[in-house]
Amino acid sequence: MTTLFYLTMLIALLAALQVVRGLNAVHALLHLIVALLALALLFFLLGAPFAAALEVIVYAGAIMVLMVFVIMMLNQGDAAVEQERAWLDGASWRGPGLLCALLLLELGYLLLASDTGSAGWRPVAAAEVGRALYGPYLLLVELASMLLLAALVGAWHLARALKNRRGEES
Amino acid sequence: MAEFAVIIFRALALLLALVLSAALLTWAERRLLGLWQDRYGPNRVGPFGLLQVVADMLKLLGKQEFVPPFADKPVFILAPAIAMSTMLLAFAVIPFAPGFPLADLNLGLLFFLAMSSLAVYAILLGGYASNNKYALLGSLRSAAQVLSYEVFMGLALLGVVLQAGSFSLGQIVEAQRELWFCIPQFLAMVLFFIAGIAESHRLPFDLPEAEHELTAGFHTEYSGMKFGMFFVGEYLGVILISSLMTTLFFGGWLGPVLPPWLWFLLKTLFFVLLFVLLRAALPRPRYDQLMAFGWKCLLPLALLNLTVTALVLL
Repeated sequence: MTTLFYLTMLIALLAALQVVRGLNAVHALLHLIVALLALALLFFLLGAPFAAALEVIVYAGAIMVLMVFVIMMLNQGDAAVEQERAWLDGASWRGPGLLCALLLLELGYLLLASDTGSAGWRPVAAAEVGRALYGPYLLLVELASMLLLAALVGAWHLARALKNRRGEES
Repeated sequence: MAEFAVIIFRALALLLALVLSAALLTWAERRLLGLWQDRYGPNRVGPFGLLQVVADMLKLLGKQEFVPPFADKPVFILAPAIAMSTMLLAFAVIPFAPGFPLADLNLGLLFFLAMSSLAVYAILLGGYASNNKYALLGSLRSAAQVLSYEVFMGLALLGVVLQAGSFSLGQIVEAQRELWFCIPQFLAMVLFFIAGIAESHRLPFDLPEAEHELTAGFHTEYSGMKFGMFFVGEYLGVILISSLMTTLFFGGWLGPVLPPWLWFLLKTLFFVLLFVLLRAALPRPRYDQLMAFGWKCLLPLALLNLTVTALVLL
């Protein structure tokens, strides 16, 4: 189990690195999908199968599909790859690299300093997640759904035929 | 260790059986279409044309493995592999007989949904990597179609989950001992079947490859065994949806007299044949009609079904 965990973690890390380093946008997205799948597997190994399933269905299966969809429509060719190569020269790595190194140090310190061992570890079933969502977190769920509804209405307005929109404004 | 070997053996046996039945289905479909359209279909090779499958396979394997020079090569090769492997993986959770799902996951149904949502990538990437406008148009359409039909496929299935009280396919079958879910969840069954046809992009929902307007849609540039893998993936999808119809709504392996696995096979075969009959019987709708039908008619129905089921159970 532990071997599997670290192997999956390694895959997730390498794929995530490739997302940042990749020159071709679609290839970078594919690596991001691999990273998400690896994360789902990590969730599963940690005893949260429901979160793992949602990770695959929602992130890898729906949100990333839309992103690939959009990038496909932009139809970037080799010119975009060249541009990306010019942007990703050594100098531009310094700032983000430094910030990431600081974050890594912080994370390492926190992990070592605090005792977050596996004492309270146990698998979480789907029903339990549901009870938590509609019990203590009910307000958050409702707020999120309202936000999504607003986004939906906005998207519908933007996508309507222009002629109909003008008719209402005048 | 011996247990592990048994699992590997079961997995390989299942894999072989699935690929073989998908291959046989290509023959069965053409023969049946022939029957319903008052012609013969393939009947030259072997008894009843049964060896047509072998002939087709040899032909596909013998063809040159051609990758167009303008294609995105790694993605081009990846796409058909995704098409086949996601479908094969989804079969791991199907309970063919009591105690014989390959992996008895608690969240079996969610695993199926996850695999079917990953299957979109096969079409999307195939279309993108081909670098061809027909392929691109086909895959854009298909991604939109599959994404929207997935939404209420999930919603329709939730009715079943509510009634059975579990995501595990084995327990869903057990919950149908008294009454098959096709009666209390009739609406969900109809919705799931329609969404299933759209998910496996079969006629009448095969717009991604509508040959009269898009030559062959996302697999225009594919040939040889890579095309074959897309093809087998599609037939695996048909078998998958049929076996899920059986499991979720028609009592799975439950039935009198005959052994459970035979009941499962018979019921699944019935739905596979229904798929073929639909192809012979129905015309293809226009793309905007398809999308409007999905969002304006099927989605509200799925929500209604979910609400009513929840109310009744409460």
